[in-house]
Amino acid sequence: MGEAIVVTSGKGGVGKTTTSANIGTALALLGKKVCMVDTDIGLRNLDVVMGLENRIIYDLIDVAEGRCRVNQALVKDKRFDELYMLPAAQTKDKNDISPEQVRKIIEQLKPDHDYVVIDCPAGIEQGFRNAIAGADRAIVITTPENAAVRDADRVIGLLEKSQIASPKLIINRIRPNLLKSGDMLEIDDICQVLAIDLLGIVPDDEQVIKAANSGEPTVLNPSSPAAIAYRNIARRLLGESVPLQQLGQKTGVFGKVKKFLGMG
Amino acid sequence: MAGKKRITIKGVKDGLVFLLDDRCSFEDLLTELHVKLDKHEKQFTGPIVHVFLKLGSRRLDEADKERLRQAFRKQGNLLIQSIDSDSPQEPEASADAALTTWAGIVRSGQTMEYQGNLLLLGDVNPGGTLRCTGDIYVMGALRGMAHAGSEGNARAIIAASLMRPTQLRIADVISRPPDEWASAEPWMEYAFLSEGKMTIDKLSALGRSRKEVMQFKGV
Repeated sequence: MGEAIVVTSGKGGVGKTTTSANIGTALALLGKKVCMVDTDIGLRNLDVVMGLENRIIYDLIDVAEGRCRVNQALVKDKRFDELYMLPAAQTKDKNDISPEQVRKIIEQLKPDHDYVVIDCPAGIEQGFRNAIAGADRAIVITTPENAAVRDADRVIGLLEKSQIASPKLIINRIRPNLLKSGDMLEIDDICQVLAIDLLGIVPDDEQVIKAANSGEPTVLNPSSPAAIAYRNIARRLLGESVPLQQLGQKTGVFGKVKKFLGMG
Repeated sequence: MAGKKRITIKGVKDGLVFLLDDRCSFEDLLTELHVKLDKHEKQFTGPIVHVFLKLGSRRLDEADKERLRQAFRKQGNLLIQSIDSDSPQEPEASADAALTTWAGIVRSGQTMEYQGNLLLLGDVNPGGTLRCTGDIYVMGALRGMAHAGSEGNARAIIAASLMRPTQLRIADVISRPPDEWASAEPWMEYAFLSEGKMTIDKLSALGRSRKEVMQFKGV
């Protein structure tokens, strides 16, 4: 029996879909059987980020309304044998499916997969309730901005009232240079306010944008700092203890020598 | 004088205890004190006698205490040792002082309301609201909005381990930092109304302005 993890944030544009795609892919890289579910009905994006748009035949609404079986709607990834995606419908909206229907679909996916990663839409309305309905765990994404932290806090409050036990936090789009100059919210401050476990921090990385536009999850490119972060997050999800990345310290050969000599 | 004694004098081992009624006006009390001291002028001569003034639940400021001292000064041998008010152990005060404890975080969008005094073990996050008819004590960070004395009790206070609120309200006074006051202090602080204005002080000063919240007296 697999585990269903919902990726949510409250605020839009903080990187839920990107994170879902990358965590899903990273888990597949680690040899797990993964299914990603896009619950952002009417504004589906996960298929675009994954580069699987042209393979969609059925969607979540078709499954919910019984036009096809769950397995027929799953889109197999082009890179991994054990990575699947259940796309959202683009023509309907969030009220065309109920939390109960989503729960049933997730329940059907869990026995066949190690992880079911659910991409949640922005907001806290019906779409959010749909997305969290079938989840066992939750990952809350925020960025180091006050507005995003506020919304994350709101979502954590709602998650705590639901059946999901203790949500975990990912702080996305950290800019090490701003962090160093003190112009950005500190990671410690964010963790203090939100008071939940930190699952990982992801640096802001141009490669992520390039990757999303080309339909290749960043995590496949090992030279990207964000990819390392996503891989670490996936390992932590599996229960490994991986230390947090040190951001903004590009230690070249010279730096290493300096450190060795005690000057760094 | 309505025949009711406002002042009772008792002899104790160390001197005299003056029990001053706490229900009449202070002016009446002072008049009667003068009368009493004049009447018993003869008794009050001789060796130095220590006097302990008990005010009951009445609270006096320094000026009024000085007027009391003045009255006794006429009697050269009466030396005031202390002027005390009771720490309120009256039933209504202790009922008020009952404190309910909650543990948890008041997160953005959540509102916690309570009738009475509340001790919160946890934080109030920005966007969260904590509203009480009595006092609010936050053992944690107060980053959201706290409203004490929400039904009009202007004597209510808001105390927090870390005072960083988006807004504070006591009774119907609304105050928003940092326009009116700013706190960057590492110690625990509390907010109270002083002449209708929101004031912040260290928590250790609470005993001075609100004697009845102090439940114990040191030995």
